[in-house]
Amino acid sequence: MELKEFITNFAAEFDETPEEAFAPATEFKTLDEWNSLTALSIIAMVDDNYNKTITVANLRTCNTIEDLFNFVAAL
Amino acid sequence: MMNPFSLEGKTILVTGASSGIGRGIAIECSKMGATVVLNARNEERLRETVSMMTGKNHQIVIADIAYQEEIDRLVAEIPSLDGCVLCAGIPQVCPVKHFKRQDIEDIFSVNTFAPIMITSSLVKKKKIHKGSSVVLVESISGVFVGTKGDVSYNASKAALNGFLKGAALELAGQGIRINAVNPGLVPTNILNLTNEMFAETHHTDIMVDSYPLKRYGIPEDIAYGCIYLLSDASSWVTGTNLVIDGGYLLN
Repeated sequence: MELKEFITNFAAEFDETPEEAFAPATEFKTLDEWNSLTALSIIAMVDDNYNKTITVANLRTCNTIEDLFNFVAAL
Repeated sequence: MMNPFSLEGKTILVTGASSGIGRGIAIECSKMGATVVLNARNEERLRETVSMMTGKNHQIVIADIAYQEEIDRLVAEIPSLDGCVLCAGIPQVCPVKHFKRQDIEDIFSVNTFAPIMITSSLVKKKKIHKGSSVVLVESISGVFVGTKGDVSYNASKAALNGFLKGAALELAGQGIRINAVNPGLVPTNILNLTNEMFAETHHTDIMVDSYPLKRYGIPEDIAYGCIYLLSDASSWVTGTNLVIDGGYLLN
């Protein structure tokens, strides 16, 4: 599992936010487009691409995309 | 005193009777005098429901109605009915763009195909008397409103509502009534199931303030609507939706 690819997959769940806005240190919950539906999309993306189950509670404990990557990688 | 809402002398099947709204319906029907046939997958939880009911002679039939063979067995094993409440349902939370065909088939199997095929089978096998009442437990979601993230659930309930309209017309000729209750949010462990993956954010988005009567529903709220639709009080009612939502749709 690679961080770069994870960020690409993460960014693909957003429709309005430009791809450049996504970096390892991006605090994703501060993005304008972050809402309950994008949260669900990220959970589904992790399930689809990495076959791992995460919850909204898990998302809450992560601030940056890299935090989430590390969390998912450790599962 | 004559009570048109009584279920005395009636045998009523309740699917999904092991928890939540279905459990509440089984309990309240028993209090109104019904002999209840309880169905779900989990025997222990069904026995727990029975222990909370009044009256005797209630019967348990374990069956996983996601499967047609199990529906056939359920209908073969139950006594003749005067009514049924088809309540078993599952949630599914997934954004539209992440739909997988199998997931959609899974939710439709339980929420849509099962109540449709149970109704069909009850009629075909003459397990439901003339003058009986079928009650579908739908939702306001899908039938009256859409909800983000719950779209497959919405679709499953909307399809069931289409069945309701046609079946009510067709079965009226045989004196069988079919109606639906459409609850607003009733916090039960169906939400906990959802929450395993999605935790609070999703459903607490729908704040209690959206309910003019200032609270979420409880299983009894829905059960009392079912009792009306099962009883002789609703003898001239078929093909309808009884919305029980604390005023949510008024918004």
